[in-house]
Amino acid sequence: MSERTALLEPQFDRLEQQREASSIGMWAFLASEVLFFGTLFAGYAVYHTLFPEAFQEGSRMLVWPAGAVNTAVLLTSSLTMALAVRAARTGSRSGALLFLLATVFFGAVFLGIKGWEYADEVHKGHVPAGLGSLFGWAGTEGPDAPRTDLFLTFYFIMTGFHALHMVVGLGLMLWMAWTVLRSPIDRAAGPVEMTGLYWHFVDVVWIFLFPMLYLLGLD
Amino acid sequence: MGHVTPVRTYLLVYVALLVLTAATVGAAFLPLGPLSVVAALAIAGVKATLVLLWFMHMRESSRVTWILAAAGLAWLLLLILPVIVDYLTRGWVLAPKGW
Repeated sequence: MSERTALLEPQFDRLEQQREASSIGMWAFLASEVLFFGTLFAGYAVYHTLFPEAFQEGSRMLVWPAGAVNTAVLLTSSLTMALAVRAARTGSRSGALLFLLATVFFGAVFLGIKGWEYADEVHKGHVPAGLGSLFGWAGTEGPDAPRTDLFLTFYFIMTGFHALHMVVGLGLMLWMAWTVLRSPIDRAAGPVEMTGLYWHFVDVVWIFLFPMLYLLGLD
Repeated sequence: MGHVTPVRTYLLVYVALLVLTAATVGAAFLPLGPLSVVAALAIAGVKATLVLLWFMHMRESSRVTWILAAAGLAWLLLLILPVIVDYLTRGWVLAPKGW
């Protein structure tokens, strides 16, 4: 059996077809993910249109520099992910492993900063009153509190689901690092590339979340 | 596996993404009024396009991939735009009493 046929799964005729099929499957999944986050974006758009001042006030409760640093951290992780895919494609096992672990590192830094932000918001009482009473935390106060709470609810749900995707992504990256260690690099290249697509997608979601949540009402 | 993008290209895209992040923060401090949302979404759109084309290799992808990506965008717009139009235009047309 030649090396080329060893890479080919039995249900495909050619390697190009196999690669195309996995890529299409991943993009179809990502399109469904667009709609998953899309419902949250639609809800956000409606309430931002209805209560622009309350959303600005809620946004000012967040630590925007932390969000900006996290954006840079996530973009850096996307760069290392792209370089991991490139290394795998060019047959460099050590390069792929190094850049995958770098991606895990930056992803973990992102989640660390996010966790610090959540703790800071709980500490300052910048949580929706409902959530606060549920956990015995101080919530927002004042006449506009219900509307500001709406913003904070969007903030926690959107960043929360984003962080959940990051956790899944970190698991995938560790799995891929294991795959790169265990299997021939030309066999690992395909899966590394597909998980890379997922990682970049999560990055794209954050690219929109950052200005929508952190940067209202700064002017 | 075909074409391999040079490392320098990835670095250039990365620098562009960081510069655009700084630009979106800068734009948020300008008194643009309702245009600030437009500016923020436009910059985010450019950043997303850079990631899609270079990091996600859409430049080298097949047409089927483009169709799936376009479908994702089309359904997203279909999800958001009519809802916004509904809320923005409520009260424009007043039905007579008793309807």
